[in-house]
Amino acid sequence: MSAARPLSRTSLDVAAIRRDFPILDQQINGKPLVYLDSAASSQRPRAVIDAITRYYERDHANVHRGVHTLSQRATDLYEGTREIVRRFINARDTKEIVFVRGTTEAVNLVAQSFARPKLGPGDEILISGLEHHANIVPWQLVCEQTGATLKVIPITQDGEIDEAAFHQLLGPRTRLLALAHVSNALGTVVPVKRLIAAAKKLGVPTLLDGAQSVPHTRVDVQDLNCDFFCFSGHKMLGPTGIGVLYGRESLLQAMPPWQGGGDMILSVSFEKTTFNQLPWKFEAGTPNISGTIGLGAAIEYLEAIGMDQIAAYEHELLQYATERLCAVTGLRIIGTAKDKASVVSFTLQGVHPHDIGTILDTEGIAIRTGHHCAMPVMDFFCIPATARASFAFYNTFEEIDRLVDALEHARRMLA
Amino acid sequence: MDLKDLYRDVIVDHNRNPRNFGRLDPSDAHADGHNPLCGDRLTMYVSLDDDQIRDVKFEGAGCAISVASASLLTEAVKGKTKGEVHALFEQVHDLLTKHDANVDLAKLGKLAALSGVREFPARVKCASLCWHTLHAALERQAAAVSTE
Repeated sequence: MSAARPLSRTSLDVAAIRRDFPILDQQINGKPLVYLDSAASSQRPRAVIDAITRYYERDHANVHRGVHTLSQRATDLYEGTREIVRRFINARDTKEIVFVRGTTEAVNLVAQSFARPKLGPGDEILISGLEHHANIVPWQLVCEQTGATLKVIPITQDGEIDEAAFHQLLGPRTRLLALAHVSNALGTVVPVKRLIAAAKKLGVPTLLDGAQSVPHTRVDVQDLNCDFFCFSGHKMLGPTGIGVLYGRESLLQAMPPWQGGGDMILSVSFEKTTFNQLPWKFEAGTPNISGTIGLGAAIEYLEAIGMDQIAAYEHELLQYATERLCAVTGLRIIGTAKDKASVVSFTLQGVHPHDIGTILDTEGIAIRTGHHCAMPVMDFFCIPATARASFAFYNTFEEIDRLVDALEHARRMLA
Repeated sequence: MDLKDLYRDVIVDHNRNPRNFGRLDPSDAHADGHNPLCGDRLTMYVSLDDDQIRDVKFEGAGCAISVASASLLTEAVKGKTKGEVHALFEQVHDLLTKHDANVDLAKLGKLAALSGVREFPARVKCASLCWHTLHAALERQAAAVSTE
């Protein structure tokens, strides 16, 4: 039984939005592209592509270096983006905004510069069973280096954090709580505000992996009250290779530099080097200037549409997709948390996710298949892999219909 | 790219009803194969008469291409010597990866059904996993023999 396609209650002009994304207007294997893999990497609007092109055509030079006009322009654009990011996540000061390669680098920076000097045998880092490998492996490395122990909050069959277990695991030995804000594999929105509040009571510092939340919902780091917040540009319409580490100023001040080189110093002699101030202390070497400028353009594009509008429309897509996918025979949705971002992970009886991916691709539909860099989540559900459709505000209800039709085709073919 | 070329009737049949599926007990050698990209896992078991494969079975879970390929492999290698298996793998590998391969399809028998895979480069690893795993099992067996 097919569900009636809902009339969107939000006022997004999705047809106009789609025209802003040149890549969406193409045929894949003879069919119009249906891009349902934004959780892996979103697409770029023309505004981002143009900002990068304009920068390279008119304004490029190295930043923080020369007195010449181009260097000044590049520096203004680069540092201007820091203010755009600060406002976007409501940090107190641009000193708290460090540009990095992506979420992965941000987590590694905190693991090595913040956690490592403090950790020793008997200390614990607390993460959850929902984490992406990027919020597991850096902690395993630092535990190996220091003798500390990695503790994991179990998850429930719905793919939610087991809060009772969380309160048991959080204790006097906990040195850091590091959590996904939104699960990339299942779409679960983690009640981080509540969990952070509990950690704060014990004086435990907190880090959020916001790679999957920033593109889809309004983030206010002061309201969340986290100490560190990490996210990537490429999942929020920006370029690859650029990301952000937000850190509470007092903590960043106390942390040693992570990498050494140019830009992160005030003076260097062979006897003594004086490090630069925040945030440049953590930005060694010539940064990803064009990527940063592209990220700024992406944020301005998102803000012009409105994060609340985006969240509301994507929720409608999620509800419609969930309803329609549930009606496919043999389809099981993995991750049924009450509060979810627009991600649907699923298995189809008799059809391996990898085959689903190939069959959908011949229909022009791009989804992710595999373990989604979250192998412990797959192990928990005793499955090797899932198929995952993830939606952004440039997707349509019609595209969900095409997904469902293609899945029916896959089922007839192989199941 | 035509899906029918990839999921031919033989492939679909061997995926739904894999031949020689299960554990071979006792066996002379076994090896595990894993394709982390898509999560395919399988174990190949062999028993041998000297250099000749007397019996072969596999178990595990994976996509249609990896299961069907493993199933077809077990039918193809039974009774063959290690040298013959190695030569056959080279033929299958050419079939999976090269458009201009000089492969004698008649000699490959049912394995020729895998020829559609070469149009789907992302799937070549699925089809070849079982062959690499069998190779590892035979190598291990050789190593075990050499230590005795």
